[in-house]
Amino acid sequence: MAVRLGVKKTYKQYIGGKFVRSESGRSLQQLGKDGEFIANYCHGSRKDLRDAVKAARGAFSGWSKRTAFNRGQILYRIAEMLEARENEFCDVMCAEGSATCEQNMIEIQCAVDRCVYYCGWADKFDAVFGSVNPVAADYFNFTVPEPTGVVGIVADEGTALIGLVSQIAATVVSGNACVVLASDEYPLTAMEFGEVLATSDVPGGVVNILSGKKHELIPHLAKHMDVNAIDYRDGDGQTVAQLIDLGTENVKRVRVSKRKARAGWLSDKAQGPEQIEKFVEMKTVWHPIGV
Amino acid sequence: MRAPKLNFGDKWEYSPAPESTAIVKIDDQYGHFIGGKFVEPIEGRYFDTVNPATEETLSHVAHGTQKDVDRAVKAARKAYDKYWAPMSPRDRGKYLYRIARMIQEMAREFAVLESMDGGKPIRESRDIDVPLVAQHFFYHAGWADKLDYAFPGRRTKPLGVAGQIIPWNFPLLMASWKIAPALACGNTVVLKPAETTPLTALLLAKLFQEADLPPGVVNIVTGDGEAGAALSSHAGIDKIAFTGSTEVGKMIQRSAKTDHITLELGGKAANIIFEDAPLDQAVEGIINAIYFNQGHVCCAGSRLLVQESVHDEVVRKLDHRIQSLRVGDPLDKNTDVGAINSKAQLNRIRQLVKAGKEEGAEFHTSRCKLPERGWFYRPSYFTGVAQSHVIAQEEIFGPVLAIMTFRTPAEAVQKANNSCYGLSAGVWTDKGSKIFKTLGELNAGVVWANTFNKFDPASPFGGYKESGYGREGGKQGLAAYLEVR
Repeated sequence: MAVRLGVKKTYKQYIGGKFVRSESGRSLQQLGKDGEFIANYCHGSRKDLRDAVKAARGAFSGWSKRTAFNRGQILYRIAEMLEARENEFCDVMCAEGSATCEQNMIEIQCAVDRCVYYCGWADKFDAVFGSVNPVAADYFNFTVPEPTGVVGIVADEGTALIGLVSQIAATVVSGNACVVLASDEYPLTAMEFGEVLATSDVPGGVVNILSGKKHELIPHLAKHMDVNAIDYRDGDGQTVAQLIDLGTENVKRVRVSKRKARAGWLSDKAQGPEQIEKFVEMKTVWHPIGV
Repeated sequence: MRAPKLNFGDKWEYSPAPESTAIVKIDDQYGHFIGGKFVEPIEGRYFDTVNPATEETLSHVAHGTQKDVDRAVKAARKAYDKYWAPMSPRDRGKYLYRIARMIQEMAREFAVLESMDGGKPIRESRDIDVPLVAQHFFYHAGWADKLDYAFPGRRTKPLGVAGQIIPWNFPLLMASWKIAPALACGNTVVLKPAETTPLTALLLAKLFQEADLPPGVVNIVTGDGEAGAALSSHAGIDKIAFTGSTEVGKMIQRSAKTDHITLELGGKAANIIFEDAPLDQAVEGIINAIYFNQGHVCCAGSRLLVQESVHDEVVRKLDHRIQSLRVGDPLDKNTDVGAINSKAQLNRIRQLVKAGKEEGAEFHTSRCKLPERGWFYRPSYFTGVAQSHVIAQEEIFGPVLAIMTFRTPAEAVQKANNSCYGLSAGVWTDKGSKIFKTLGELNAGVVWANTFNKFDPASPFGGYKESGYGREGGKQGLAAYLEVR
């Protein structure tokens, strides 16, 4: 019997809810551990980045106006879809050389649980971060958190999935939209996650994922005037300096941290309300009491 | 029938009602306040601080340099290790309560000195600034031993030495916004007051001495941008808190050596008047929004957005109302609008007004007389302003309002958000549901509904977008001075 010829997957970028090729027409090859060809993926350009920011800005108002309950349900839906595709993810992650099959399964399951964790915060962080303030005058005074806007996420380079999912979930749960630069090491896993998002009722444009060479896109992300914040966890000193220098032009909220090992990302300590808090703004309202 | 116009200005002469300056003792010369003592600047230079209402020199103040800042940071570090960190939170709180009480006792002296050095009307320094200063210390005193309750389920710890740089528009109030939460959270402080308004901070330093605050817990280095830059880029501080212009804020964000930064920067607040607003009340709100403190307010309602149907009526009422604002001697208890803080600021206001006229907006101003000496500017406004005009985009930081119109609530919000700033906003309407709908859509950190320019230590204050990040006041403000895990 003749051996069936396999069908190779074309990996595209995820922008505005659609899977699109890079405007540049360029692509890169992802090779496996032993140098074998796995797939082509897009070599994202500055134009792709601008399209992604535009899509994110467009999606932001609708997403941030969704009820907290609804955002929570959608995050739960992401968890469901990811759980259902764990074998597929394991295959891709193994092919990309992320870790052993067993370790990858643990990472995938942790990513599912992380989505569930943040889903639960959707309708609770307001109550924890916000307040009613006892001012010394006849005003009803309260403070509520609101999403910052469009957040640029530079995906963790050390893990294929858990860093990426943690960063995205903590960002979008509060109503932010984001533009994600996939890691250089594991672009295919990131794009697979895009497929999960596309089938999880996440409105198009809320999460956009670009692939390519990160160092080419980082400066454009950092200086884009319609990006409100940046999330960078790889701790590279030169990149941090660049992000702050360029990001300051519109006073971006820049979160940088030292690189976390896989075990760190898998730990419960990697999740928490402070991860949400960094990309919300506090709005205080004064309303008179009386006639 | 419309009531006849009242005639103000030349027809009515008011007798002066000046507050006495006898209560204030100003030294000929001030050093830096470092390690609990007033010390001479290492390079020996001093600069003048001037009364903007009379242009007379009030005193000579130390010109801070890198060396002075080094010395102050060292003193703050030592005080952190030796006194403030080991002290029980309860006792830290008790120091702050003591300070709050002493400020209340010296309220009159602080108010008069504030008006002399900065030019703001005594009515404001006496009734708004100084009482809020005392309240800030009183409020934060109580947090000192209750920080664990501010962030349930999380642990907090102080950051260490805080470098704080404050502006000239609310000199003492900004000092209290910075110092009180920093100390309550267990940090020590190096504060740099603004170049033109150092005197009340130095009087506060004397109060700290009398309160027996351990030496070095608060250090004050006076000077200009040189000292500010030396402080904000210092490797020995663990936190930077800055209030001032967006331009300088960006320099600080770029040069900082610490991740713990909070910035409270410029603003160009939209004050939105819907047609169903109580118009007389709204006009008072406009006055308070833009002419309070000569318009030297980062959250001033400097862009008025009026619904088209009531534009003419609002402008007529506003024009009438500004004729009754009294501009003049800040120490006169009847003065509404005091002196412009500095010659440089007066020139900036004039330049921007010139730009507004050149771009085609129509300029209107109060007809009042101005004092012969000192730096003053009449309460003014522009009509026919387009969103692209410089006066609709740039912060004037003076008593000059830009008036624009809108037709629908959606247009109001779109115009209000069309700014790189996002500090504050105002909404005037009689309809509660409209207030909540509008305020939810405004990109601003503080929204006043049917009021404007209200402040309270329990109420978090701070901006969106290029107006900075971090909050001051409330439990949210504590996060700026703690590591919360």
